[in-house]
Amino acid sequence: MRDVEMMTGNTAAAWAARLADVDYIPAYPITPQTEIIETLAKWINEGVMKAKLVQLESEHSMLTAAGTASLAGARVFTSTSSQGLLYGFEMLYNIAGWRAPMVLVNVSRAVAAPITLEPDHNDVLSARDSGFMQFHAERCQDVLDLVLMAYRVSEDRRVMLPSIVNMDGFYLSFTREPVGLLDKEEVAEFLPPYSHPQAFKARRHVVKGPAVIGGHLYTFFKHNIHESITRAAQVFDEAAEKFQSITGRKLEAVEGFLLDDAEYVLVITNSFTTTAKRAVVKLREKGVPAGLAKVVMLRPFPAKIIVEKLKNRKAVAVFDQNISQGFGGIIYSETAAALYHVKNRPETLLSVVGGLGGKFTTLEEFEYVFSLLANPDKVGAGKPLFLFRKDELRDVERAMKLAGVEGEM
Amino acid sequence: METRFKTLREFPLDEYLSPGATMCAGCGGMIVLRIFHKALGGNVVIVNAAGCLTLLQVYPYTPLKSSWMYTAFASAPAGAQGIRDALDILMEKGKLPQGEDLKVVVLTGDGAAYDIGLQSSSGAIERGLDFYYLVYDNEAYGNTGFQRSGATPFGSSTTTTPPTNLNPAGYSGMKKDLFEIWRSHNPPYLATIAPSHVVDMLRKIETASGFRGPKLFISLSPCPTGWGFDPSETIKLSRLAVECGVWPLKEAVYGKVRHTVVPKVLKPVEEYLRRQNRYAHLFTPTRQEEAINFIQEKVNEYWLKVSATEGHEVIKPINLAEKQTE
Ligand code: SF4
Repeated sequence: MRDVEMMTGNTAAAWAARLADVDYIPAYPITPQTEIIETLAKWINEGVMKAKLVQLESEHSMLTAAGTASLAGARVFTSTSSQGLLYGFEMLYNIAGWRAPMVLVNVSRAVAAPITLEPDHNDVLSARDSGFMQFHAERCQDVLDLVLMAYRVSEDRRVMLPSIVNMDGFYLSFTREPVGLLDKEEVAEFLPPYSHPQAFKARRHVVKGPAVIGGHLYTFFKHNIHESITRAAQVFDEAAEKFQSITGRKLEAVEGFLLDDAEYVLVITNSFTTTAKRAVVKLREKGVPAGLAKVVMLRPFPAKIIVEKLKNRKAVAVFDQNISQGFGGIIYSETAAALYHVKNRPETLLSVVGGLGGKFTTLEEFEYVFSLLANPDKVGAGKPLFLFRKDELRDVERAMKLAGVEGEM
Repeated sequence: METRFKTLREFPLDEYLSPGATMCAGCGGMIVLRIFHKALGGNVVIVNAAGCLTLLQVYPYTPLKSSWMYTAFASAPAGAQGIRDALDILMEKGKLPQGEDLKVVVLTGDGAAYDIGLQSSSGAIERGLDFYYLVYDNEAYGNTGFQRSGATPFGSSTTTTPPTNLNPAGYSGMKKDLFEIWRSHNPPYLATIAPSHVVDMLRKIETASGFRGPKLFISLSPCPTGWGFDPSETIKLSRLAVECGVWPLKEAVYGKVRHTVVPKVLKPVEEYLRRQNRYAHLFTPTRQEEAINFIQEKVNEYWLKVSATEGHEVIKPINLAEKQTE
């Protein structure tokens, strides 16, 4: 095991690609992801990393090249954010349909309009139906570990599907944290070399991406992807076991925090988990039986594990850093669907929407959410609760006044 | 330059495209693909964007004795980039023997090349990607039922530019000059081709194969279904397009243009237009003299400029004034 180094989430992503000995990096700049490709470009040009990095003319092209390179037998890494992911969106479905394993790091950034730089998860969650697996990081260490995990799961012949590893822009991308690296031998032990069973090469005639005529053929291939991605949950567990045996670090699809006797549980993803955990500890000190479940693997959706972690609890809140307009939180609805047939499901399931556009969510706000769970009468059933502080409202009012907007808001 | 192809006797006999594919009878694009493939041989991966020829591959059938990668409408050149780069880096890292290398060929229609994929082809050419690009240009979106594209010429009727009383000429804009757009990127090799001029085409592919980098071909692809002519006339239409000067055959090596077939006397464009339903409104119920003359004038202008810059013997344009007094 190598020493622990201080690095940003972006550098951790670059290190993961370097450790995985990726062959090909199609790239396109977008804040806050750009540092990843800059770091890799530097390493390749200095000769410390042997790979080809090519800057394409758009994310659409970047993802196209990523997919076809994977089908030609190259291990592919790429990264993007926000509108970049949306610009290339069509290709996500194609890459999954081509059964082209690769890893895409998404550095979350809220989607325009209004245009902004800070994170929420509408960008990455838009890809949830595409056939990409999704792994979400809380800390910079997770970024490194999950990228390596993602390669192993993606390239497993039982899976053969691409992965997205998500980290929050700014909160992780530009925040330095201690990250433990792996040495070459450890990586070699964990991650076998990539090969594609029907890669393009001379004298082998391969057709990729042909049309189908008839919904039955289409359905068959789509169901095939669904089966493979579902199977990936087990492949992830196997990989996590191996990873722990090599690094000592435990990775789980859903991580419980002070769950044993918890009655009030918060479901959450990504970097705000760290703040929420502090709220849980604080409440525990006051004698409140609070706990937390962090969802790391969003696709395949770990419904079974979530049910295990949530059944028999009194009340559960799902913190969504995203908004499905006209509905509410996305992970809330998935959690609710998972719990629907469970006998001892929690009586209260509260949807909380916060952190949009990177809006900071304080320790007190998480405590407030738990206080609602302890008083379920106060909880509006089925309606998302938007976290918005008074000081923030005052600032909005001031801005609107400056913008010349008159009257009631 | 020494060439393998002097007459049609040298036409390669190997076939890479089996008969029986479900394209329209007489499709010019198919003829060009067949010849193009013969010239390149079998160790090829064709990277395709959405278009008529996408339907060559309908699972589980393929008429090709080569590999095929369907990408998306806008990004076939980027798909080619991914495969080319992957093969290169894998060979460099010793993970793939040199003998396993493939030629990478982008094959798209004009919708992809002139419109939705212009950005990705520009990027691939600018990066100097080592690939062939074959555009089969039928001057409209043929696969979706003949809507106007950036390649549609003035005067053509399409399903989105129908000739009406308000708009008698059909399409009132001009065909985009993709040759010049691509030439401005200074690729090593760029040419126009036509299915009627097979030896010219084979020689151009032969010349192109001597270069590393983008090798770009824009082929006129007479389309019986969209243009409205009998499928047996594809080659005749193609020849007329060249002889009337509507489809100049030329090449550009590192930007330097040379016309490879120079008609000494231009045939009137009318001979070409008259044979196609897409131009029928220019002749019936009333003859649209102004529109026809405009098309002729543009052709005349083009060739006068060519004879001036390339110093060809006189190319005799059609004298409109004379013609009218006839
Ligand atoms: S519509 Fe035209 S270009 Fe398309 S297959 Fe038919 S003849 Fe060929």
